[in-house]
Amino acid sequence: MTAKSLYQELEPLLAQVRKPIQYVGGEVNATVKEWTDAKVRWALLYPDAYEVGSPNQGVQILYEVLNEQPDVLAERCYAVWPDMEALLREKNIPAFTLDSHRSIRDFDVLGVSLATELGYTNLLNTLDLAGIPIRSADRSDSDPLVLVGGHSAFNPEPLAPFIDGAVLGDGEEPTLTISRLIAEWRESGSPEGRLGLLSKLAAAGVVYVPAFYDISYGSQGHIEAIRPNRPGVPWTVSKHTLMDLDEWPYPKKPVVPVAETIHERMSVEIFRGCTRGCRFCQAGMITRPVRERSAGTVANMVDCGLKRTGFDEVGMLSLSSADHSEIGDLAKGLADQYEGTRTSLSLPSTRVDAFNIELADELSRNGRRSGLTFAPEGGSERMRRVINKTVSEDDLIRTVTAAYASGWRHVKLYFMCGLPTETDEDVLQIARLAREVIRTGREVSGRRDIRCTVSIGGFVPKPHTPFQWAGQLPAEQTDRRLQLLRDEIRGDREYGRSIGMRYHDGEPGIVEGLLARGDRRVADVIEQVWRDGGRFDGWSEYFSFDRWSSAAANVWRDEPIDLDWFTTRERSFDEVLPWSHLDSGLDAEWLWQDWQDALAEDEVGDCRWTPCSQCGVCDQMDTHIQVGPADKVWIPTISVGATAPEMA
Amino acid sequence: MSKRQPPNEAQPVVQKLRLRYAKSGRMRFASHRDFQRALERAVRRAELPIAFSGGFSPHPRISYANSAPTGAASEAEYVQLGMREEVNAELIPDALTAALPNGFAITQCVIATSGSVADRLDASLWQLELRGVNREQVAVALNQLKVTPDVTVDRVTKSGVKQVEVGSAILESTVTAMESVAGVEACAILQVVVRHDIPAVRPEDVLTALVEYADLDEPASSVFTRLAQGPLTGDPVTVGDPFSEMR
Ligand code: B12
Ligand code: SF4
Repeated sequence: MTAKSLYQELEPLLAQVRKPIQYVGGEVNATVKEWTDAKVRWALLYPDAYEVGSPNQGVQILYEVLNEQPDVLAERCYAVWPDMEALLREKNIPAFTLDSHRSIRDFDVLGVSLATELGYTNLLNTLDLAGIPIRSADRSDSDPLVLVGGHSAFNPEPLAPFIDGAVLGDGEEPTLTISRLIAEWRESGSPEGRLGLLSKLAAAGVVYVPAFYDISYGSQGHIEAIRPNRPGVPWTVSKHTLMDLDEWPYPKKPVVPVAETIHERMSVEIFRGCTRGCRFCQAGMITRPVRERSAGTVANMVDCGLKRTGFDEVGMLSLSSADHSEIGDLAKGLADQYEGTRTSLSLPSTRVDAFNIELADELSRNGRRSGLTFAPEGGSERMRRVINKTVSEDDLIRTVTAAYASGWRHVKLYFMCGLPTETDEDVLQIARLAREVIRTGREVSGRRDIRCTVSIGGFVPKPHTPFQWAGQLPAEQTDRRLQLLRDEIRGDREYGRSIGMRYHDGEPGIVEGLLARGDRRVADVIEQVWRDGGRFDGWSEYFSFDRWSSAAANVWRDEPIDLDWFTTRERSFDEVLPWSHLDSGLDAEWLWQDWQDALAEDEVGDCRWTPCSQCGVCDQMDTHIQVGPADKVWIPTISVGATAPEMA
Repeated sequence: MSKRQPPNEAQPVVQKLRLRYAKSGRMRFASHRDFQRALERAVRRAELPIAFSGGFSPHPRISYANSAPTGAASEAEYVQLGMREEVNAELIPDALTAALPNGFAITQCVIATSGSVADRLDASLWQLELRGVNREQVAVALNQLKVTPDVTVDRVTKSGVKQVEVGSAILESTVTAMESVAGVEACAILQVVVRHDIPAVRPEDVLTALVEYADLDEPASSVFTRLAQGPLTGDPVTVGDPFSEMR
């Protein structure tokens, strides 16, 4: 392999594209290892633009974990914008990595991080630009293995023919295992080539290899059976769960982008997993159980990270950050420690309670106090019982009003539209709520300039959640309900002008739904859309619903399936779901019961505070909840930052 | 009523540092805003006692002067830092360069006494590396340009098309050549002294003028580097060191 840097050839093109800095790499803390020293080489792809992909922690963690291995190297790559794509195609330059600008095809593994389904066409495009055949069956021994991970990899079926394998769950340990298995296989003379390697990875249970499973379909279009087609391949493939996050304090030295990105801050993951049990949330269901980092480790990561990056803001990231068992002390400790250093701390919390305000007050005490966010998700109390996001109307209004009383001028409220059992009335309640919030807010704050923005996302049923059986609301219905809500808010003379509304059209949600709950037959549609020019589907300026619906109509013209079949159709318990053989640990019966409870408007508790609800994860995966407070007591070192080392 | 905390107080500046920096290699593709963020982070990484403004969103006291366009390299960019504590200026270039991404380098640091650097940046010496065209072609085109009246080019910006008056801003010019670089045969090297008018003439405008008014073939590719920026001195005019009278 004569891997060389393509930078010389790229340089003249950089002057011709928008924001060329995103393609050059060379950021502080970027790693470029000697090519020939490595036995196993990974290209890590986030299939969206650099500005969106670089804040992702998953890629940053794997990049560091892999690069710390003496004989492994990892480089990063992102999707290129259409202007760059056109030039690359014109000049015949392959898709490249940022770190050493080598062709992606020169690597042993292309590891793709899938946080959202709308990046699938970008994945195909990157493969094609790299000169890698888009279908796994057409690849040779000199092509990299294409492996996907991240949340969407929990149903990789729509991508089945394009990928060589999928890794479910936390990637730290599996990527190391995969690297070791590749090195071993190569040392023993690469027996049976690519197929031999994939069998080895599948047999070890670390990678799901779609090609090793046959799917049969009934005449109505339903899946009849999913079964392995090779000896030594497991019937089900399980997710990986990383325990003891204190032992894995990554990223230790986050890459500091030179280009502007969506998150201009450093992030520290304070825990992984979430057991709040919101029924719409795939992330919460597939990342169980909760595993906290201790306050001491978090403080340490914040301190080292800031020193190594120079960021002036730290976000304490997780799925529900205010739920960390030591969060109060942590927030206060860090706020004390960084007092006077012009370092801001943020906690992306959306909890609807007074504690959220307390924390936000604490964290913003040295700086900005702009907007505070709450996520009731459902407009009516009934709706909130269905989705298991329980908060009463009175509590909600009391909480939000308390925020205005404590000096916040702008409150953002997050909701969903299209939830199971939802009626027009449930959605219109959002307007009533916002009105009530402003009314009492004006009363307690004595000001008329307070604002409330309601942000509404379309609900998309996801695999491995209790709502995986639900029918998705058709796009027209979503649009109609949002229109009703808009009219209701606009029509309010007294409060309407203090209420902002942000929402998206229903159509992209239908495509997301198709890709989320689709099976292998969706692959041809993805390919067709990509061939028709589909790229950057997560960006409204590039997304075209027509492209998707006509591709689906065309590909499936002789089949009993269509867009609606995959999206708006409700499933029954005995239907074989495309991801039935992929194990997130959740018991199918538990999920179904939770779905029934949702329909009955019954709630389920959080296993951190109420008894275990037998979701199945801990038994199945041999894991347990890891929440503090840790035995180690963390005392903030007040001196840090207050006195910067003197240079004089 | 409101429990809002008083905003941060502004920190007094006790020392002003003037820096000259270079951007080269991959970092020439950084925009001005990209450099600003990189510098602010480098200042924090190097733990320099920069002063902050007050209010709810405090900013470090850094002022920039006339930065080179995205894509252009430069050996002569200027910036000023307001410090809340005195530092040893000699240690700054190495400390900050180490904290910046490779491709940005602080090459000089002086303690400011009076005036502002921005006021001393009257003109720039630009070098245009024009790959795929030779010395003669550029020399001929240049002569043609000199005798053409009213050389104005259009520059497309986000806010529309801007008219830039190129002819009168070019004060001096020389052409040399470089032997084959990176497999490309001919490469003419054009150096021009350009006065900073409003809007300022950029090297790409000079190239556009040569192509549009003097029929120069479009080069295969080009790299622009600002070699100097400062007051105009001497006859024939050269670009002086803006720090020279300030030390
Ligand atoms: C930071 C962040 C962003 C940032 C950065 C991009 C990103 N997605 O990371 C921004 C603001 C840009 C963003 C945007 C969006 N986001 Co976001 N985002 C997050 C957030 C807060 C953290 C992500 C993160 O870094 N996690 C921590 C890392 C360690 O986890 P990880 O990325 O999953 O990686 C681990 C494993 O999955 C695995 N892995 C990952 N990749 C790979 C690859 C291989 C080969 C292997 C082997 C393993 C592997 O290993 C990693 C280490 O264990 C999460 C919530 C959360 N706390 O997770 C939401 C989240 C990921 N985002 C989400 C969504 C929906 C979006 C948007 C679609 C929102 C929108 N409607 O616009 C966009 C899409 C962006 C895009 N076009 O790609 C959802 C995904 C829903 C789901 N299906 O689970 C999440 C979970 C939030 C939620 N609670 O719903 N997001
Ligand atoms: S198995 Fe029990 S303890 Fe573990 S996450 Fe599920 S409900 Fe919680």
